[in-house]
Amino acid sequence: MDAFGARTDGLAGRRRRPFLIRSAANAALAEAILIPIAAVGVAFVLFGLFLAVVGSPPLEVFSSIYRGAFGTWFSWQNTLVRAAPLMLVALCTTIPAQLGLVVIGGDGAVLLGGLMAALCGLVLAGAPAAVGLAVMAACAAVVGAGWIGLVGALRHYRGVNETISSLLFTYLAVSVFRHLVQGPLRDPETQNYPGTYPIDPAFAIGEIPSTNIHWGLAAGIVACIAIWIVIKRTPFGQAMRVVGGNPRAARIAGLPVGLLTVAACALGGAFAGLAGFFEVSAVIGRANSALYAHYGLSAVLVSFVARHNAAAVIPAAIAVGGIRAAGGLVQRAHGLPDATVMVFEGIVFLVVLWSASWYGRTPLSRMAADGK
Amino acid sequence: MESSLTELGWLTVPLAVLSGAIRVGTPFLFVSLGECLTERSGRINISLEGTLVMGAMTGYGTAYLTGSPWLGVLAAACAGALLGGMHSLLCSRPGVDHIAAGIALMLFATGIAFFFGKPLIQPRAPQLPDLPLGFWSDLNVVQANLRINPLFVIGVLVAPVMWWAFNNTRWGLYLRTVGDSAEAARALGLGVNGTRAMATMIGGFFAGIGGAFLSLSYPGIWNEGLSSGQGLMAVVLVIFARWHPVRCLWAALLFGGASALAPALQSVGISSGYHLITAAPYLLTLILMIVTSSPERSLRGAPAELALNRTD
Repeated sequence: MDAFGARTDGLAGRRRRPFLIRSAANAALAEAILIPIAAVGVAFVLFGLFLAVVGSPPLEVFSSIYRGAFGTWFSWQNTLVRAAPLMLVALCTTIPAQLGLVVIGGDGAVLLGGLMAALCGLVLAGAPAAVGLAVMAACAAVVGAGWIGLVGALRHYRGVNETISSLLFTYLAVSVFRHLVQGPLRDPETQNYPGTYPIDPAFAIGEIPSTNIHWGLAAGIVACIAIWIVIKRTPFGQAMRVVGGNPRAARIAGLPVGLLTVAACALGGAFAGLAGFFEVSAVIGRANSALYAHYGLSAVLVSFVARHNAAAVIPAAIAVGGIRAAGGLVQRAHGLPDATVMVFEGIVFLVVLWSASWYGRTPLSRMAADGK
Repeated sequence: MESSLTELGWLTVPLAVLSGAIRVGTPFLFVSLGECLTERSGRINISLEGTLVMGAMTGYGTAYLTGSPWLGVLAAACAGALLGGMHSLLCSRPGVDHIAAGIALMLFATGIAFFFGKPLIQPRAPQLPDLPLGFWSDLNVVQANLRINPLFVIGVLVAPVMWWAFNNTRWGLYLRTVGDSAEAARALGLGVNGTRAMATMIGGFFAGIGGAFLSLSYPGIWNEGLSSGQGLMAVVLVIFARWHPVRCLWAALLFGGASALAPALQSVGISSGYHLITAAPYLLTLILMIVTSSPERSLRGAPAELALNRTD
């Protein structure tokens, strides 16, 4: 279509239109870049109106948000620490989404993966750090993979809706987690905040040199890029996208739809489980209810606003991490409640999701279509 | 609870479970009735958790400012309807995913509720009066456990009325037509988006009442940890109830009862397995879904237009 559009242009001898709208493909690319920017702009306007209504100076609050999120190296680190788990858990939605599935149960995999990591850490106390960390990470990923893989298996072999079952699975994971952490696995010294015994300090994965950011960020970025390549450039990714486009055609073409479904869910769950491992190893040092920080639902939205593009998950997660990191500064500098950034995050998500209806309907794509 | 044991012995447990089921189940009842109505129109609203929190805050604030808890209930319901309107505005646009829109609206509503609810954490708002349905007994424990909130009674009345309306009124027929086949509805000249918007707003209205129950009756306070996922679970309850309003009532009592069983057992000295008992209804729902779904057709009994009902 691209080449064809360009050729008719040349043959007709018309004045060349600007690059952006020269073909439908270019227009789509331009939309993919401009629409999110426009949507965030609209979100800023709406949030500004909200601030004006409650009597806060919008521009000053915006500036605080910028400073709190990206203004200094310190705030950047704060932002990136929050973005790391969001990236990993978002992949739990992004990968199954290639097949057209909506999995929203990343939280359950985080919890059980984190619990498994803590258990491995306790069992292996005294082992070399590299061995301990490797086993903890691997077990967390396997548990996460199994948990969400089961959602995929139920979907394919029993037709159980994956959105609801993953939500139910999260509830079950919370119950199992609480039962174990407050019962058999409880450290009696954790009175008000029940948790397991602390893991060997040697198993704290530590920080990226000369930063305060733990290695979960590097893992998140690498994972997103790797998955982006897998989806775009490998037969596995191609097969997933065919199933997502037309499951019946995929089946007729002989693709193993069931295997792909389970594999995509399991792979997503593995990354969510890994997020649990990083939280336990790098942040909490044991498994307790701090693991249940509701990354899952925000991470689902991160995947959606990235339009299930694994590479776009990285900036989306950083943006959301930034909004959250700015919470403290907005609270201190303007006397606003800590929920202010939550309102902003909600508005951003709502507008960006709404902007999904703009694709293919902007003046850009109309002009490109007129050229045909 | 020590003194009550001497009066009733082990009977305390079923009595406490019953009253607990009603107390814990009332918000479940309202969110599931609201969700049921919305889903019958073929749309899923997963944002009711936010509606619940928003309703709780609005209801509490209104009751505190006006001195009337009933005005609080009304304000909560209207806030819920407003959020339902926002949901349908978003979902009526092409290309917008209903699940994602619902989650985003949930975050937004929770944020708004926490924002405006900050100054409401300290003051005490007037509470809804209970109906003393245990008046026939001399035992304190019976009277205490049978003080029923009027909102529960309203919910019990709404359920059969909604069921009747689905099957016997023009609006019920429109709703079911839109929910089962948007194409047929369009052929009949029914406005699909308008009907769904109406169903989502009324659904939000009910969920808002459920929120008012949380802050104006049980636990009867406002704070940021008030709702613990009851709204998110509305979707699950409706599946458990197979999209039937009267069965929503039983589902709400079952889910509420499971949450009430653990504290009741604790009062007679059984304290292990607390969280596993609470999880039992969710496991039951999962099993129900596994048994009644099939690879050919997902979720028998669901409105055909429901996004949950699609298969490969």
